[in-house]
Amino acid sequence: MDCSLLRTLVSRYCAGEENWVDSRTIYVGHREPPPGAEAYIPQRFPDNRVVSSKYTFWNFVPKNLFEQFRRIANFYFLIIFLVQLIIDTPTSPVTSGLPLLFVITVTAIKQGYEDWLRHKADNAINHCPVHFIQHGKLVRKQSQKLRVGDIVMVKENETFPCDLIFLSSSRGDGTCFVTTTGLDGESSQKTYYAVQDTKAFHNEQEIDALHATIECEQPQPDLYKFVGRINVYHDRNEPIARPLGSENLLLRGATLKNTEKIFGVAIYTGMETKMALNYQSKSQKRSAVEKSMNVFLVVYLGILVSKAVINTVLKYAWQSDPFRDEPWYNQKTEPEKKRNLFLQAFTDFLAFMVLFNYIIPVSMYVTVEMQKFLGSYFLAWDEEMFDEGTGEGPLVNTSDLNEELGQIEYVFTDKTGTLTENNMEFVECCIEGHVYVPHVICNGQILHDCTGIDMIDSSPGSNGKEREELFFRALCLCHTVQVKDDDSVDGLEKDEVPRKPCVYISSSPDEVALVEGIQRLGYTFLRLKENYMEILNRENNIEKFELLEVFSFDSVRRRMSVIVRSPTGDIFLFCKGADSSIFPRVKEGKIDQVRSRVQRNAVEGLRTLCVAYKKLSAEEYSNVQELLQGAKLALQERDKKLAEVYEQIETDFILLGATAVEDRLQEKAADTIEALQKAGIKVWVLTGDKMETAAATCYACKLFRRNTQILELTTKKIEEQSLHDVLFDLNKTVIRQNGSLTRDTFSGLSADTQDYGLIIDGAALSLIMKPRYDGSSGNYREIFLNICRNCTAVLCCRMAPLQKAQIVKLIKLSKERPITLAIGDGANDVSMILEAHVGIGVIGKEGRQAARNSDYAIPKFKHLKKMLLVHGHFYYIRISELVQYFFYKNVCFIFPQFLYQFFCGFSQQTLYDTAYLTLYNISFTSLPILLYSLMEQHVSPETLKREPSLYRDVAKNALLRWHAFIYWTFLGVFDAVVFFFGAYFLLNNTVVTSNGQLMTTSTHMIFGNWTFGTVVFTVLVFTVTFKLAIDTHYWTWINHFVIWGSLVFYIVFSLLWGGITWPFLNYQRMYYVFMQMLSSGPAWLGIILLITVSLLPDVLKKVLCRELWPTATERIQKSMRHKTGQNALPSCDGPLLEGNLSPSEP
Amino acid sequence: MAVNYSAKEEADGHPSGGVGVPGGGAVGGGGGGAVKTRKPDNTAFKQQRLPAWQPILTAGTVLPAFFIIGLIFIPIGIGIFVTSNNIREYEIDYTGTEPSSPCNKCLNVSWDSTPPCTCTINFTLEHAFESNVFMYYGLSNFYQNHRRYVKSRDDSQLNGDNSSLLNPSKECEPYRTNEDKPIAPCGAIANSMFNDTLELYRIDNDTRTPITLIKKGIAWWTDKNVKFRNPTGDGNNLTALFQGTTKPVNWPKPVYMLDSEPDNNGFINEDFIVWMRTAALPTFRKLYRLIERKNNFQPTLQAGKYSLDIAYNYPVHSFDGRKRMILSTISWMGGKNPFLGIAYITVGSICFFLGVVLLFIHHKYGNRNTSADIPN
Repeated sequence: MDCSLLRTLVSRYCAGEENWVDSRTIYVGHREPPPGAEAYIPQRFPDNRVVSSKYTFWNFVPKNLFEQFRRIANFYFLIIFLVQLIIDTPTSPVTSGLPLLFVITVTAIKQGYEDWLRHKADNAINHCPVHFIQHGKLVRKQSQKLRVGDIVMVKENETFPCDLIFLSSSRGDGTCFVTTTGLDGESSQKTYYAVQDTKAFHNEQEIDALHATIECEQPQPDLYKFVGRINVYHDRNEPIARPLGSENLLLRGATLKNTEKIFGVAIYTGMETKMALNYQSKSQKRSAVEKSMNVFLVVYLGILVSKAVINTVLKYAWQSDPFRDEPWYNQKTEPEKKRNLFLQAFTDFLAFMVLFNYIIPVSMYVTVEMQKFLGSYFLAWDEEMFDEGTGEGPLVNTSDLNEELGQIEYVFTDKTGTLTENNMEFVECCIEGHVYVPHVICNGQILHDCTGIDMIDSSPGSNGKEREELFFRALCLCHTVQVKDDDSVDGLEKDEVPRKPCVYISSSPDEVALVEGIQRLGYTFLRLKENYMEILNRENNIEKFELLEVFSFDSVRRRMSVIVRSPTGDIFLFCKGADSSIFPRVKEGKIDQVRSRVQRNAVEGLRTLCVAYKKLSAEEYSNVQELLQGAKLALQERDKKLAEVYEQIETDFILLGATAVEDRLQEKAADTIEALQKAGIKVWVLTGDKMETAAATCYACKLFRRNTQILELTTKKIEEQSLHDVLFDLNKTVIRQNGSLTRDTFSGLSADTQDYGLIIDGAALSLIMKPRYDGSSGNYREIFLNICRNCTAVLCCRMAPLQKAQIVKLIKLSKERPITLAIGDGANDVSMILEAHVGIGVIGKEGRQAARNSDYAIPKFKHLKKMLLVHGHFYYIRISELVQYFFYKNVCFIFPQFLYQFFCGFSQQTLYDTAYLTLYNISFTSLPILLYSLMEQHVSPETLKREPSLYRDVAKNALLRWHAFIYWTFLGVFDAVVFFFGAYFLLNNTVVTSNGQLMTTSTHMIFGNWTFGTVVFTVLVFTVTFKLAIDTHYWTWINHFVIWGSLVFYIVFSLLWGGITWPFLNYQRMYYVFMQMLSSGPAWLGIILLITVSLLPDVLKKVLCRELWPTATERIQKSMRHKTGQNALPSCDGPLLEGNLSPSEP
Repeated sequence: MAVNYSAKEEADGHPSGGVGVPGGGAVGGGGGGAVKTRKPDNTAFKQQRLPAWQPILTAGTVLPAFFIIGLIFIPIGIGIFVTSNNIREYEIDYTGTEPSSPCNKCLNVSWDSTPPCTCTINFTLEHAFESNVFMYYGLSNFYQNHRRYVKSRDDSQLNGDNSSLLNPSKECEPYRTNEDKPIAPCGAIANSMFNDTLELYRIDNDTRTPITLIKKGIAWWTDKNVKFRNPTGDGNNLTALFQGTTKPVNWPKPVYMLDSEPDNNGFINEDFIVWMRTAALPTFRKLYRLIERKNNFQPTLQAGKYSLDIAYNYPVHSFDGRKRMILSTISWMGGKNPFLGIAYITVGSICFFLGVVLLFIHHKYGNRNTSADIPN
């Protein structure tokens, strides 16, 4: 007490700032402590508001603008716009200002909308009602109004609104049960204990009378650590101080179970709760496509600057002759003459920049944004990804990462609730080699008898019968299950009890499943009353066993035992545990049969337990008692001593049999994982669960196969050898295989080569992650990564939430920079969901925490398959074409302008009219590519789903690599050269006629510079649109409409634009230019010729590549075509290219 | 292209809309609220199952296209080439930079030299020009497409807008005003209008017969009738209408004295309109006059001797320019332009050749892929 007083005093006088203080004092119920004890210092704590949104109403505009102009591209456009405003440039500011405004607005609206959704989700939580006590009365308030020090009441099945110190519960013993599924993913129920001095307070008034202060550490993210003390004041006496530990702390996000209500006092609220501290800050995720887009952008910026520099230099070289700079017919104005040469040169440079700035298309960002935003609807609309059971469909929380779904290389998945249903079920038991399955269908009939046992093997003999009953009793007795108190069942009406299903509670769902399963086999555990366990046997008689000792389960022994005295007076020790810990202790029983059965079950992913017993004589029992007593009384190393005693006692068993419990896998989980692996994606399971369970699930979902060699990197193993040795051993094993692996790394379907699966646990991982100080040899991380790289599957168990994020980060930042995806359903997965490139939440039972923080949310794990293989693939090919095509069409657009500078004295004269400059990207060529990027399907979704290996065709950003980029750029340059010099030779030095005019004399006119530009522009628009038409594989009516519609629109617009003299324009340079061009035969012939020539190389390249080096996708396309040619619809169900999917394009 | 219409219309209509959601187990006690089905509509569009034509470019499908293009382009090219070769064209460079040239004396004329320097160039046409002949002047190294030059005009002034007439656009600087009077037509383009006079004579036994040169019908009809208009006002007296303006600096006479005929005077003077259409490239031709064929028995210009009389006013020597006079007949596809014909023939041949190559590849490799890929 004195110590704490001193500490508060010290902290008060020395700290000054609250942040510095490492402990906080909370006044329970905001009551001041009695005078004299301590001065009351009201402290300021954040309220209980949870904020995941980025903007508020007030800061939206400035903050969003700032965010947007931080983007290099937007900033660049802003600069261009400002330059156009300031200096005399060839194009008007409108041409770049308008699109920029459009981009900024569209993006702002989109981000605003997304943030509004986040606000809504936050509000739903912040406004959810909470009961708390004010002046001895129960008051309902919004969750966000909760303050530190408030006394809160939580009812059964409610989630704790903040971190609470557990004061009292409706249960007499001052305990409550809590599941932390929402926090760390463990679905088992844990027991928490109320503070000793307050557990007697059962109603509001009593609680309100409590007078206490709590001192505790400042918030920190570790879920399992808490240190504090409570000072309870009774009248005017000295306060009683009690230590507080994590068993007294109820965490936000956990759910109260099997307890009517509890009272607690809030100590950490809002963003300071342990759950919130376990979140990671939301950072803007960028997709790989966007990154390569930015790289291309920088390249183009370089091209742009060099073009401008080249032209500026050439201009001044060319102008060095005064008659060129200022011939008599083209004098400068006075201010121009006076201008400083360098300033003039700089202005010229900027003017060239403005002239060529369209090479970096503003509209690309608009189109990309729109494509992502609109495209994401196809995901949300997908009927196949809608789950009828829950009524949930996929959710898209951000559309920035659509194409990243097509680039995934690593999938990190949670286990409980993601891979599994989180729902245990007893499957079978094996007694002495005979297999019993409850409720099976036998010969088409369901066995009607209450036994419901199907004997698969031959019936046991009389000895077997005895063992069988012993087995069932063992299962009924050897557990720590509690029966939920139910008022109606009080053991009074004994004949009605049997048929009433009991509700069992246990910290282990397996035990519940076992007890329930045994119930179906005829033995029912009724209750534990006054140290007597009551079970109901098949004959509906109640047997009472006296419970003598319980050796509780621990993860080192991996077994538990009970010692009971039967009604007949015999003393039995029943033990159940993992096969590995039971078999060595068995001295008799049909070990081989049981072992083979257990192994079979384990391979099928069932969680197996073995059951054994031994009979103790009275002397033996007293001996045991003595040993136990000695250990229990030890003051030091009690646990160790107890373990030694257990070890001593638990020997010489007689094996009874084994059980198998299934944590039902989610529908099609195995199929999904198999498909993902075929697609070249590495799947890692990260779970907080224990290793055996997790490994069993991994077998069940075919992550590990029967022939997978498991490498273990667990605490247990590290205890035996040093970490260093273990790592190097594993590395050696893996590398030995490496030579033969390289041959087949691509197919991933390697049946003959050895697969490796790695199992690692949290403790071992933290050892690996720990930076090393001795610096003896190499980095463990590198070795670890190397091992991982060579494993087909990795299982990480016993992971804390932040460790999950750590491992994702480790892989993410490894030298290949793979694209990662994390999928999970609980709050414990949030950190990894945020860390991974793409985070996917499963809209599951464990709340919506994960779904809300994810980038995408899906109802079931199986939907991941379609999401990646179909939607991701489509999004990727769509956006990569979009990006490349945009650069291409703008090279085509701007390069002729560049060439024209050589013919107009480098005067920045534009080739095209302003209207064409502005509208080219906005309307003439924008819609076809947008629709392409929404609708394109190079192969059908069914094929993509059936052939996961097609995913490899787009892996590693295949369509946006440098060679593709250079190809498109050169294609653009080639086309531009064709356009410009085609028109040049067509119109140069020649007279082009126009015939058929309504004129008396047939006239033969000269075309001016605007006609020249219009010819180039017409060829440009047609070529660029046709190029897209050639690339389109999926022509719906919309594509037809948009592609041909754009061309028609161009013609109609040009006719209109040149058709009248527009009164609001101060120039009429386009007047009748387009019509004159159309009325000239050679212009037509020239346009057709130039379009043909421009398209020729691309068509040729496509055909040749397809013919000579077809990719897997192209082969599929071809075979699909042949199929549809033969019979109307594709009917093949099997994989089309099983054999010949050898690495065609490594 | 591979025609392969896969009609993937949805098998049946919308399934019954309200698929019941089992009364939400409401974990966490949050206000359950109305659980409404968010089931997406089963429409072809939303499910990305719109019927579509799915063409693939393969050698097989592209082959015919290549052959067809080849077969069409080659004849067209030949046709154009032959037509272009039949066009008669004669060109005289009369800049006079060579000392031997008759116009050498005029090389350094300035705008206001009066009387104008004249020179005569004799030439011989080897072949008769059968159809209508077009007479052009050509300038080289003259940057009509310079940005400062191109924008130096006021289209509303030229369109007869009275306010622009007296207050021309700023774009016309430094040719906007002269001695505080607005220039009409303003701007560099108008100021530098070509003002050489060319006259053509046929020399027949030492007698010079002038050849009628038609000066109307050389501009775009729309330009002459819509885009260019004289200012409007009381009466048709152009002198009065242009009151308050001054002539461009370099012009010897004001715009309303360009021609004697009223419908070819002022802004609607066709020589002026032709000049105002700025050329795309620094070497260009502009139509100057037409020579119409008189009757069907005589070619427009017979083979023989001619002389070209030049009133040399336009200085080009200062910027290294050249001046040419061109006589040309035309065909349906315009003037002499061998490029188009040759290009058509070349492209056609390339396509044909590529067709053959593809045919070869298709036969060698095409079947391999198909047979390997398709099971059964």
